[in-house]
Amino acid sequence: MYIIIVGGGNVGYYLAKTLVKTDHEVLVLEKNRLIHRTISEELGEVVMQGDGCEVRIMEEAGAERADAIVAVTGDDEDNLVICQMAKMHFNVPRTIARVNDPRNEALFHRLGIDATVSSTKIIYNLIEQEIETDEVIPLAALRRGNIEIVEIEIGPKSPVLNRPIQQLPLPTDALVISVIRLDHGMLPTADTIFQVGDTAIALVTADKEHELRDVFAEAHG
Amino acid sequence: MKVIILGCGRVGSTLARTMYKDGHNVTVVDLLSESFRRLGTKFKGQRVVGNGVDEDVLKRAGIETCDIFVAVTQGDNRNIMAAQIAQTVYNVPKVMTRINDPVRADAYRQHGIVTICGTTILSGLIRDYATTDEWALEKDYNRDYLTSNA
Repeated sequence: MYIIIVGGGNVGYYLAKTLVKTDHEVLVLEKNRLIHRTISEELGEVVMQGDGCEVRIMEEAGAERADAIVAVTGDDEDNLVICQMAKMHFNVPRTIARVNDPRNEALFHRLGIDATVSSTKIIYNLIEQEIETDEVIPLAALRRGNIEIVEIEIGPKSPVLNRPIQQLPLPTDALVISVIRLDHGMLPTADTIFQVGDTAIALVTADKEHELRDVFAEAHG
Repeated sequence: MKVIILGCGRVGSTLARTMYKDGHNVTVVDLLSESFRRLGTKFKGQRVVGNGVDEDVLKRAGIETCDIFVAVTQGDNRNIMAAQIAQTVYNVPKVMTRINDPVRADAYRQHGIVTICGTTILSGLIRDYATTDEWALEKDYNRDYLTSNA
């Protein structure tokens, strides 16, 4: 794959450094001459100086044959336009934009960007996982379809113990897809019975997450 | 008509003053409050300080009920993003944006956004006057501007 990264800040730099070790062909575009000089000393010829918002520069960078454009500058409006121009002018199949303001994620999808990454949101989610007091911990959210993957620890007071999965009052839009027992993952059947210390992995639609939570919730106090 | 003008530089402030004088309900948005000095003392429209690609700022400016949205900041990309928010998210009936890079202007024009490219307009006017002694627009708009100051 040929990947063009626009923006040679910390995100772009480390992304490029990681990608050049793989089989992918990488090019980093950096507007600022000073930053360009600094990172090209280390990364060499995969760095080019120029404004990724300019079609002329993107032509020089070979955007026509790029498989993906990753826009990771510090400005959301620039990342949006870089990705949109890549699609409109060069028909780049995949565009990925860094979103600094997490509220822009939905907007960018609506405006045709294939994927967005918000470090603010990722860090926020990690913090939420760390301080989560509930048994149900969100692991990932699928971009389309509003579906989440969640992890549930089965404690000694869990109401789901000693009953096969088919007898649990699970909400309709929830599915237990895996049970991890003593570091060994298995695919559950209708007859699987939870034991203390198990971890259940479930798929659930976002609006049914709290119902799933109620099924697994330990009787506190 | 309720008009939101994003960017209070030379173009934004001139547009705000002339449209205000024509009797429109004008709101101007700019990152810096000192830019509003360009509006002069006769302008009595609303002034909102903030980033024009932030939906909270746009809501404060009244984007949900505006008839015309004009993006004329210095930044092409900021104008492009703000215009798309106005058009796609808030369905503002009339959206116009300045894009000074002719290549980007052309791409977004084809994408359905009403785009004014200062670069091509100016160079066209200059070329016309240089080669034919005629120019289409300058005199009339200049008179409008002078009367709005009077």
